[in-house]
Amino acid sequence: MSSNWVEVCAAGEIDEEDVIRFDHEGRTFAVYRSPDDEYFATDGLCTHEHIHLADGLVMDDIIECPKHNGRFNYKTGQARGAPVCVNLRTYPVKVEGGSVFIAIA
Amino acid sequence: MMHIVIVGAGECGARAAFALREKAFDGEITLIGAETHLPYERPPLSKDGLVSAAPPKYVADADRYDEAGITVLTDAVVEKIDRGGKAVMLSDGRSIEYDRLLLATGARPRAFPGVPEGSPHIRMLRTHADALAIRAALEPGRRIAIIGGGFIGLELAATARKLGAGVTLLEGLPRVLSRGVPEEIAAVIAERHRSEGVEIICGATISGIEDNGNGALILLADGGSISADIVVVGIGAIPNADLAEAAGLAIENGIAVDETLRTSDSDIYAAGDCCSYPLTHYGGRRVRLEAWRNAQDQGTLVATNLIGGSEPVSSVPWFWSDQYELTLQIAGLADGAARTVRRDMEEGAFILFHLDADGRLIAASGIGPGNAVARDIRLAEILIAAGARPDPAALASPETKLKKLLAA
Repeated sequence: MSSNWVEVCAAGEIDEEDVIRFDHEGRTFAVYRSPDDEYFATDGLCTHEHIHLADGLVMDDIIECPKHNGRFNYKTGQARGAPVCVNLRTYPVKVEGGSVFIAIA
Repeated sequence: MMHIVIVGAGECGARAAFALREKAFDGEITLIGAETHLPYERPPLSKDGLVSAAPPKYVADADRYDEAGITVLTDAVVEKIDRGGKAVMLSDGRSIEYDRLLLATGARPRAFPGVPEGSPHIRMLRTHADALAIRAALEPGRRIAIIGGGFIGLELAATARKLGAGVTLLEGLPRVLSRGVPEEIAAVIAERHRSEGVEIICGATISGIEDNGNGALILLADGGSISADIVVVGIGAIPNADLAEAAGLAIENGIAVDETLRTSDSDIYAAGDCCSYPLTHYGGRRVRLEAWRNAQDQGTLVATNLIGGSEPVSSVPWFWSDQYELTLQIAGLADGAARTVRRDMEEGAFILFHLDADGRLIAASGIGPGNAVARDIRLAEILIAAGARPDPAALASPETKLKKLLAA
């Protein structure tokens, strides 16, 4: 299935070691910029109680849910301990012409 | 093969069981719970879980216990610990031997003195069954009276309003949330409840509660009375330390444990709501926390220590509550603060940072819609754990990102 690249924002709109929320066609995503200036994207809602992860805290390669501190590795989507046990889906990201795009399958 | 037995199948006990496997413990694990359910999350019981009357939100599905090789005994009541024989005795006559024992027995609601047990109209809230019983009495046109202006009482009030019931909330002290929540934040919450039509009566002295057949009547010391279809008592909790006490373990506001969560018996540990422990961040003062995060953190930590580790508790106390669209979050213990710095944020949200006389951040309390304060409270928690002395001007200014202070 071919990917559908969607423009998220200008690259500079996401602070280093931070995350923003991106909504597209009824779905919500979280798009991250790592401390070493790489970009990543995951589903936007925590798999524990469907809280927006973009309100949470990015530390190194971890996103922590703002509600109950569930943690995920945002590069791999892997759940990293209680209370979350279901991984996040991740999406390919590219930066082109100063903008961030994610591939929504 | 080493056998670890966990008494108490709540958040803490379940987390400890899984954490043992995550730490590569390959012995036997038995988790014993008195309820008929597998371990479930209690926070929803006064919130969305009450609205939906849905099945419990389980900590993990049954197959995950099977996959992890954790034996779960539900509907099983432990009656006695035989320390000499290193076994727990169940009420059905079974005896289960342990090498190491974890008591994660939680706490139970404090009853109102003199109230007869078993009244369908006078209830407390601790279990899923309790929540279902309260839920059944709430609908438009019904009236609930809540005794106690703590987290449980207030969350229940918000949920009851959502369900359309009329609410009267009685608090004996001059304000709600007097334990651990700053007055400015409690005032926001009280005002929000009043705007929803909740009648809050502070400074109330209750002389008795009577079941009058169709409902209940609260008798006030000033001669007044309040009638309701259901009365829910939420006046705090008592640690379930009876088993430990009967077994001769040290007790001090719950089961007394050291900083590694070990009781006075070196083969028995305790964690979660049932135990008091020395809190290193606050001069080693002994505390007992009734909090979901604490149950999780201690469950995880105690797993390390049950299998030979000696890690001390280092997490900062953390609490949260949801009422209407508001979320309150608190990191640390604010009592003992010499100075409070306020940070105003968007949408009326604000955070109070509590500093001690040396300028060290000891707590942060925030309230706002949704997750408005969450990120900053989490960062404050990290600063508290690090013993940071942040610049008060930076704390007060919402333009200053707290994350920048971490590097300072």
